[in-house]
Amino acid sequence: MIEVENLSKRYGEKVAISGVTFDVQAGEILGFLGPNGAGKSTTMRIISGYMPASDGTARVAGYDVFTQSLEARRRIGYLPENVPLYTEMKVRDYLGFMAEIHGVPRRVRKERVDVSMEQARVTDRADWIIGKLSKGYRQRVGLAQALVHNPPVLILDEPTVGLDPRQIIETRNLIKSLGGEHTVILSTHILPEVSATCSRVVIIANGRVVAEDTPENLTRRLRGSERIELEVGGPGKQVAARLRAIKNVQEVHVEPTADGRARLFVDCAVGADVRADLAAAVVNGGWGLYQLRNVGMSLEEVFLQLTTQDEAAPAEAAELEMEAVGT
Amino acid sequence: MATFAIARRELGSYFRSPLAYVITAAFLVIAGYFFSVNVIFSRQATVQPLFQTMYTILLLLAPALTMRLLAEEQKSGTIELLLTAPIREVEVVVGKFLAGFIFFGVMLVLTLCYPLLLSIWGNPDRGGVIGGYLGALLFCGAIVSVGLFTSALTQNQIVAAVLSFAILLILWVVDGLSSVFGGTLGDFLSYLALYPHFNDMTRGAIGTKDVVYYVSLILVALFLTWRTLEARRWR
Repeated sequence: MIEVENLSKRYGEKVAISGVTFDVQAGEILGFLGPNGAGKSTTMRIISGYMPASDGTARVAGYDVFTQSLEARRRIGYLPENVPLYTEMKVRDYLGFMAEIHGVPRRVRKERVDVSMEQARVTDRADWIIGKLSKGYRQRVGLAQALVHNPPVLILDEPTVGLDPRQIIETRNLIKSLGGEHTVILSTHILPEVSATCSRVVIIANGRVVAEDTPENLTRRLRGSERIELEVGGPGKQVAARLRAIKNVQEVHVEPTADGRARLFVDCAVGADVRADLAAAVVNGGWGLYQLRNVGMSLEEVFLQLTTQDEAAPAEAAELEMEAVGT
Repeated sequence: MATFAIARRELGSYFRSPLAYVITAAFLVIAGYFFSVNVIFSRQATVQPLFQTMYTILLLLAPALTMRLLAEEQKSGTIELLLTAPIREVEVVVGKFLAGFIFFGVMLVLTLCYPLLLSIWGNPDRGGVIGGYLGALLFCGAIVSVGLFTSALTQNQIVAAVLSFAILLILWVVDGLSSVFGGTLGDFLSYLALYPHFNDMTRGAIGTKDVVYYVSLILVALFLTWRTLEARRWR
């Protein structure tokens, strides 16, 4: 449905994106993930037909967004970053206007406006002046605006920014329900959003695509091994030596804890479940086993691994943590 | 039609803001004042002084009205909505122009009471009235299109207003230079001036030359607006 090929954009000397390539199948929800300033908005603005690329092509439903721009734009619903709205208009009039300039015929316009308000849950504010609405409602009016002409393709630039936690969940559910019938690209720098809504992720950093896969595969592929955490009541070093002898165990790290126990992280080959062997080894050694659990690498770790370069890492990690807490 | 949708929305937002009423009121009060003073002192049923007053007031007020047309859309980002909708830039430009033009048209209609008053108690020159209103309409089209162009150049409304005021002022006084240069350049400069064309029409002389002047001024300004908007995408 959306084919992006080798897309580049330069602002003078500054390179915003370079060689961005990805496909989105019909009905798919693609998460476009990256730190702020990575080139997410630039890419989306090019696909939506707002600005041309310096290089490369993008096609929506087979129409080139530059040479067949009007045809492509007819099929796109776009929610720009920062949600621009005509603040002096009433919600209903605004959506009617947007429907009209998107070529929705007069006889179905009212119905489309009602449906989109229902979908975005702004019906109760239909006759309010947009300028008097809260941030959450404005965001959803923007979403209604993207839906009002029932486009096959939706491009949503950070659709959950500025919403409270409950609204975020509602919006994610809405977006999830749009998949299948609509093809959706949504950008975000919030990681849980991707695992919550998207079937596939494109990670972009410094204007380049650094990874593309399902959220689960990305985690698995990057790790290359599975990690198990144990808490054992015994001398860490001896326990570690015993565990290293087990088949399929690749690496054991020990971390002493204050109460005389030891925390051990065991890396083992992907697909081999060694938990029973680990437990048996600990018990046979006469130590107490307090905890044993699988530690998945979170998408946060994957993301950091992919998008950060040495020095930037601590600052961005802190930022990400805060955002993770915020959601 | 997207053009009319844009024009309608724009007019709607004019009348939802106090600016439209302030400008209309200022225009009518000043025009009315000069009209009555003139009629009382000259004792003549002529509309020509009225048109001269209107020319000046319109030229001074227009930038305040046209400055927001595109600058505001660029400032608030709503231009992104227009430029990603399946409509051409030309439709945006013409829609915006129509909104400003219709607004001034309404103000002109409100002044029709003055010639009506005159024709009750006197006998004003009908050709002058018709020519004057046609000239005023064309003149309004010209100042709106110039204002629209400067509004496309920037997202700062004040900058847009000052720029369009500067351009209009230059077009007002440019014929003063014609005698300095003389010859073809002098003729050209005097042809460029806004006022003489309007003045001719208020005397009932609707010349092709004057109509062509205003229409081409409008078209050039709209063309430049269109190119500016299109170039905007490349920035």
